[in-house]
Amino acid sequence: MDPLIELVGVSKTFPSQEGDIPVLDKLQLAVEPGEFISIIGPSGCGKSTLLRIVAGLEVDIEGEVLVDGVKVTKPSKTRGYIFQEHRLFPWMTVQENIAADLPLKNPEVRARVKELISLVKLEGFEEAYPKQLSGGMSQRVAIARSLLRSPKVLLLDEPFGALDAFTRAHMQEALLEIWQQNRTTMLFVTHDIDEAVFLASRVVILDPRPGRIKEIVPVALPYPRDRTSEAFQNLRTRVLRSLEHKQEEEEAWSI
Amino acid sequence: MNRTLANISAVPGEVKPQKRRTESARRPSFRQRRWVKGSLLPAAVIALWELGSLGGGIDPLLFPAPHTIIAEFWNMITTGELQSHLKISLLRAAAGFLLGGSIGLFLGIFAGMLRPVEDYIDPTIQMLRTIPMLALTPLFILWFGFGELSKVLIISLGAFFPMYINSFQGVRSVNAKLFEVAEVLEFSRSKQITKLLIPEALPNILLGLRLSLSFAWMALVVAELMGAERGVGYLIQDARSFMQTAVVFIGVLIFAAAGKLSDSLVRLLERRLLKWQDSYKGKN
Repeated sequence: MDPLIELVGVSKTFPSQEGDIPVLDKLQLAVEPGEFISIIGPSGCGKSTLLRIVAGLEVDIEGEVLVDGVKVTKPSKTRGYIFQEHRLFPWMTVQENIAADLPLKNPEVRARVKELISLVKLEGFEEAYPKQLSGGMSQRVAIARSLLRSPKVLLLDEPFGALDAFTRAHMQEALLEIWQQNRTTMLFVTHDIDEAVFLASRVVILDPRPGRIKEIVPVALPYPRDRTSEAFQNLRTRVLRSLEHKQEEEEAWSI
Repeated sequence: MNRTLANISAVPGEVKPQKRRTESARRPSFRQRRWVKGSLLPAAVIALWELGSLGGGIDPLLFPAPHTIIAEFWNMITTGELQSHLKISLLRAAAGFLLGGSIGLFLGIFAGMLRPVEDYIDPTIQMLRTIPMLALTPLFILWFGFGELSKVLIISLGAFFPMYINSFQGVRSVNAKLFEVAEVLEFSRSKQITKLLIPEALPNILLGLRLSLSFAWMALVVAELMGAERGVGYLIQDARSFMQTAVVFIGVLIFAAAGKLSDSLVRLLERRLLKWQDSYKGKN
């Protein structure tokens, strides 16, 4: 199968007063259609930057990103983006936010919006404004807003990072359900090992400064996953070790 | 899987949408109380004033008693004199406001969206803004005569600046993060303006509208004092030269009432259009 997303030698530097700072260094990655990829790494490893590059929000890069064989040069609704904050339009109700630039008067749009509202379990909140919603609900609206555009891939940048543990667990299950129903390819950035292993079919571990792919851990556990199972814990430990390894090195180096 | 489906909406901490009915049922009494609170101060002043006039402690030439002002007011309404002055003033203010306000709105949004436009026009506008209107009136009379044109232009000048500054500010306060969302969702240029820019700038635009309206009223007085045969400003000027202090008071009160009324209308509009806002509303 041809990969849906291909990173070919992607490097990115940020200019600073002391010269250019490398953020990502020659990243190479192929994502199959329908895969659920978690990208994990310590803060400053450029994982969010990587996601922004795939989205087309950062275009000043070396190398290239191909989606369906076409080079990414600008953002597109075929690559949905879920930001860390929900970023809903505060003057629009839930259903208006999901429709966004599309007219709700159009019966087709209306029907799709209704469908998605029930997919993200927000029936009864169609007319509510974002200020009336909790964090988890807002993020579900944002996901519905992306899904309305039938994206090939959903790019999620620590979307549940600001939620409490219970809400977060519910959101993870909800996201897996959506994934299983729609088979939308997922690229999920997180700094939570548990989350990464729980969700993904492959966990990509990034090294910081400059961001490099250190290891890709396949998670061959069947869904729904049991966090308390031994197999899960073993994988969790493996990812943790891989991450810790670098941090020890770095501490030694910084002394 | 079905069990988790049902659980999702039962996440702790989730809020139900507010029930509109209870909210609107509580509102009238709340509004009424605020209305009473706002009227207390002027009512007290008028009562003291009336008492002072009756006691003879206040010079009726400088401060005619409230009841004589009311009598004069009634007289002017029955003869239709007041209405004819008010009508011409309203027309002037409306024409000037529409002209200056709409140009201000357009240029403010335009300069807010495009940096080159800002670079070219903003310094000039900021410079002109500081010129007192009274200093400009002689020039306006020279250029445009004593007729309606110069009056409308002076009013539109007064209405222009607050509208320009606030709509400019409104566009500039648009959240760059939401612009990114619009980019990812591929909003067209026109949707970016109608779905993102205008709504986000609306609080500032409405503030501009309020200020612009009150500036139009102030400019109206300037315009009518400089030479008019009709209008509320003329009424005041004329009454002053004949020492009809009660009529001067009526003119002033008309301005106050019309100003407050137009301001209240915009605030009503604000409440309707900005109900989505989540900002601090003051302590009760």
